[in-house]
Order: sequence, then structure tokens, then C-alpha cells
Amino acid sequence: MDIIKTNNLTKNFDDLTAVDTISFSVKKGEIFGFLGPNGAGKTTTIKMLTTLLHPTKGSAEVAGFDIIGARDKVRRNIGVVFQEPALDIELTGRENLEYHARMYGLSRDKRKTRIEDVLNLVDLEDKKNVLVKNYSGGMKRRLEIARGLMHYPTVLFLDEPTLGLDAQTRRAIWNYIGKMNKEEGTTIFLTTHYMDEADFLCDRIGIIDHGSILVIDSVTNLKNSVGNDVITLSCSDMVKLVKRLEEESWISNIEQHDSFVTLGVEKGEEKIPVIIEIAQSLNIRIKSISVRKPTLDDVFLHFTGRTMRDQEATNTTRSAPPRFHGRMR
Amino acid sequence: MKSVEFQAIYIMWLRQMKRFVRSKSRLVSSIVKPLFFLFIIGSGFRVATFEGVDDYLSFLAPGIIAMAILFSSMFTGISVLWDKQFGFLQEVLVAPVSRFSIIIGRTLGGATVALIQGFIILLIALGLGVKISGVFGLLLTFVFMILIAFTAVGFGLVLASKMEDFQGFQLIMNLLIMPLLFLSSAFFPVTANPTMKTISSFNPLFYRVDGLRGSLIIDTATVNPPLLDLLVVLVVCIIMMGLGSYFFSKSEV
Repeated sequence: MDIIKTNNLTKNFDDLTAVDTISFSVKKGEIFGFLGPNGAGKTTTIKMLTTLLHPTKGSAEVAGFDIIGARDKVRRNIGVVFQEPALDIELTGRENLEYHARMYGLSRDKRKTRIEDVLNLVDLEDKKNVLVKNYSGGMKRRLEIARGLMHYPTVLFLDEPTLGLDAQTRRAIWNYIGKMNKEEGTTIFLTTHYMDEADFLCDRIGIIDHGSILVIDSVTNLKNSVGNDVITLSCSDMVKLVKRLEEESWISNIEQHDSFVTLGVEKGEEKIPVIIEIAQSLNIRIKSISVRKPTLDDVFLHFTGRTMRDQEATNTTRSAPPRFHGRMR
Repeated sequence: MKSVEFQAIYIMWLRQMKRFVRSKSRLVSSIVKPLFFLFIIGSGFRVATFEGVDDYLSFLAPGIIAMAILFSSMFTGISVLWDKQFGFLQEVLVAPVSRFSIIIGRTLGGATVALIQGFIILLIALGLGVKISGVFGLLLTFVFMILIAFTAVGFGLVLASKMEDFQGFQLIMNLLIMPLLFLSSAFFPVTANPTMKTISSFNPLFYRVDGLRGSLIIDTATVNPPLLDLLVVLVVCIIMMGLGSYFFSKSEV
């Protein structure tokens, strides 16, 4: 059963098309991820699906209700964790949850038990009476995720759930997200520009760039589409080598980038000597060569033709996951 | 209206109360500032004689009460901008609550805070020996205070929906609200100068101050009878609340 279904959803801001006629569907109970660089249109899509923005064209259904015609019913069925924290920092953690519970019309008994439940789920029980302005970034995120779950939503939207958090906290958040998907059976729609995050969490992924969806598939299928193993090499004459390698049938795909070439192959270890032999016969000197399992990085590169390493070079902060620049809201 | 909507209105009201009580600086400044006006302007102008004004402190007190309520309520309306900047507005707007209830909740919260401040100043004024007119006058005063609060929250909401940051708010305060306040007879009578009197008759703040004064203080120089003021203030209030609701419901995040 499809819990989210969009039909040519489009949003224009003046002359900028942020989301361009996208159509996709999300199944009940799955974790679906929108992967793309900043400015790709992920947040705009979430804002339309959560009834905060009016689509320019197209339509969408969430939990069986139209996002334009039945906004209240959609709102009742969704939980949202926004990209920027949306907490009242002058209230305590508990009071923020209390506020939310009342806004969603939970009864007194339910409020009490449910607040305890979600606080326990994200391990904030002992911090519940602390003002949110004294929370760390990770605690705020956990509180928001707890809040998003409060009213038993059918779908939970998470917009960049681990943006700006340290590696340890990200792990913890991933665990919480996985836990609530399993324990509460909540369908989760998340956006991210972290490849490892999508890889770790998602059942299926849609890759989005410049407002359009390039591909939607399961993580495994996406990885297979670039080959079982990925060989990355750099050499003295890439053009010549690529031309020669294109004649080889055992290479499922070849991509040439600025300073390196990637090859999708089976049994990568055994292919390295073969490639070196070919190169030597052409008098090409191989500078470096490596083999590894494909990551979503490779998938992204394959479908967008853009490498994140270029972007990374300008990124002076040495954060572990690759990230894009030029944020757009 | 469904009970969910009442719950939402209640919790939004409660949020404002909690924030107000916790924000010590706002609490102190919102009471001390009007008192400065009351004492400093009060003792400064006391020696001057205005036509029809016997006791200047009794004349000034309603003006200061109106000013305190006005500023506090406008702040509530404009504080939607804070929620916008801190992202909290998204949490409010994504909830399954009608936009109308959201505005009502916010207005009631802001009005309550403003009225608390107004009453504190009223009590201090009474302690200073301001001569009030009686029970009916006092009741009418409360009505005026409530209407002033609602109107100002509505105006604040209009500003908050149309503006992106606080700079514009400062501009409006300095170039619009302050002159209107000086021309409202809050600090001195406008009747002596015919030009000023004409301008004042187009000033919505004038009717609020004049009405508040007419209902609260005994034997004082007001321009209009309080009930006429009440009519004007009521109409302006309805228009402002309507505009505030309209612009707020149109705003997207």
C-alpha cells in the first residue's frame, strides 16, 4: 500500500523551479530516503507534503489524503522533524512535548503515558525538566524526534535529521530512527545529503538533483547498477586507456572524471592485474589503483555525473561524511 | 468548535504565560518603563497648567496605562517573528489546528500579559492618589483595556506577517507609533492646538486614550464621551483583528 503518492508535484519560487514535476510513491512501513545535495529541492518537497507550502502544480496524497484538499487530515497523520530546530527554547523538554500533545488533542491519560514513552525511547527521561536552551544539539534533535512520534503518526518526515551532529550522536539518532520504524511501524520519509546515512537507514532511495528525481530503487539495486566492485584508478593518459577499456566486455560501466576513472566490474581483485597489463601494453603508467565495494557515493556520481570530492576539496572542515555546499532553503 | 481547538488555544495561552513569567527582564522592563514615564513626566509637567486639567497625574495615568498595554500587545504580535526565526512557527503551523484558533490563542495570551501589566500600573496609580470615577467607570476601563490589547496584537500580527526581520519593526515603532502616541493626548491635552486636534481625530490611538481616560477618571477633560470612543475603538479593533488573521493565515514558512 502506498502511504505517500505524488503526481507531477512542482514548486516554483518566482522564476526558480525548486521542485520539477516529481512523481514517486512510498510504501507503508518502509524507510524511504531522498538523497541529494543542498538546494536539490528536498526541503521544498517535504514542506509541500507536510502542507506548509502550496504546490505550484501537481498533487500528492499522504496517508490517503490530498495535501491540498484535506490538509487537516494530512496534518493529523504526520509527524515532522524540520531541518532547523523547531523547539521553544524557553520551555523545558517536557513542556515542549506537553504543548505538542495538546495541539494534537491527546487526552490527559494518553498525554502522560505517551510523554514518558517517547522520552524513554530517546533517553531524555532525566533531562525532561531542563529548559531546552540548555540542551545540546544532539539532545534537541532527540527531543524533536520524540515529539514527532508523540501522536502516533502514520508517516514521520525527517528533514536532514543528523545535520551538524557529531559522529557518535549521528549513530545514536540512526538507532532511534531504526527503532521507531520497527517498534511503532511508522513509515519514515527522510532527506539527507549524507550517503552513509541513506545507506545505513533506508530501504529505498530516490536520488534528487536540481528538483528532479534521477532514479528510485532499493539500496542494493542501486549499488548493483554501478557494478559489484568498483575499481578506481588514475594514470598518465586517461583518455587513451578509457578508449581501450571500452572494448572489454567484462567492464559493466566506465566513467571518466577529472583526475580518476571508475570501473564497475565483477571480482575486482582479479581484474587489477589485467588492467595493469593492458595499460603497460599501451605504454600508460598507472599512478594508483584500488578496488572496493560500491558506496552510494558511486551511485550518486553515476547518476548525477557530479563528484563530491570536488566539493569536498573546498570544504575545510574535516567532517567525516562528504557534504555539499551552497545551502538553499 | 471542537474540543481539540480549545485545547490548542489553552496551550498556546499557557505557553505565553510561562514565557512571560520566566523572562525576568521583560517582566521588569515592561513595568518599570511605564513607571518612569509616570513619575518623570508626571513630576515634570505637574507644574504646567493645561486647560481643563486640574490634577495632571490623574490625566497622565490613563495615558501611561494605554501605552503599556499597547507596547506589550504589539510585542506579542510581533513575536511571531521570533517564532519564525527560531523555527517554532513551523511546529505550530503543521499541527492539525485551524489558523483561526492559533490566532485566538496567541491574542488571548498576549492580551492577558498586557492586561496584567496594565493592572499593575493602574494599582500603582491608585496608590498615588489618582481619582477614579466608580464601579461602572472601572468596568468600562477594563473593556477599553481589553480592546486596546486585541487591536495592538492584531496590528503586531499584520507587521509580523509582512516583515522578515526586526529592523522594520524598529522603523515602524519610531516613525509611526511614537508620533501617534504623542498625538493621542496620552501625555498632554491636544485640544489647545486646533491643528493638533484635527490630526488627532484621525488617530486611532487618540480614541483609545481618550476613552480610557473618560471612563477611568472622574471630572477630567476628554474630547469625546466614552461611549463614542468605545464605538470607534471597537470598530478599529474588529478591522485590525480581521487584517491580522487574514495576513497571518496567508503567510507561508
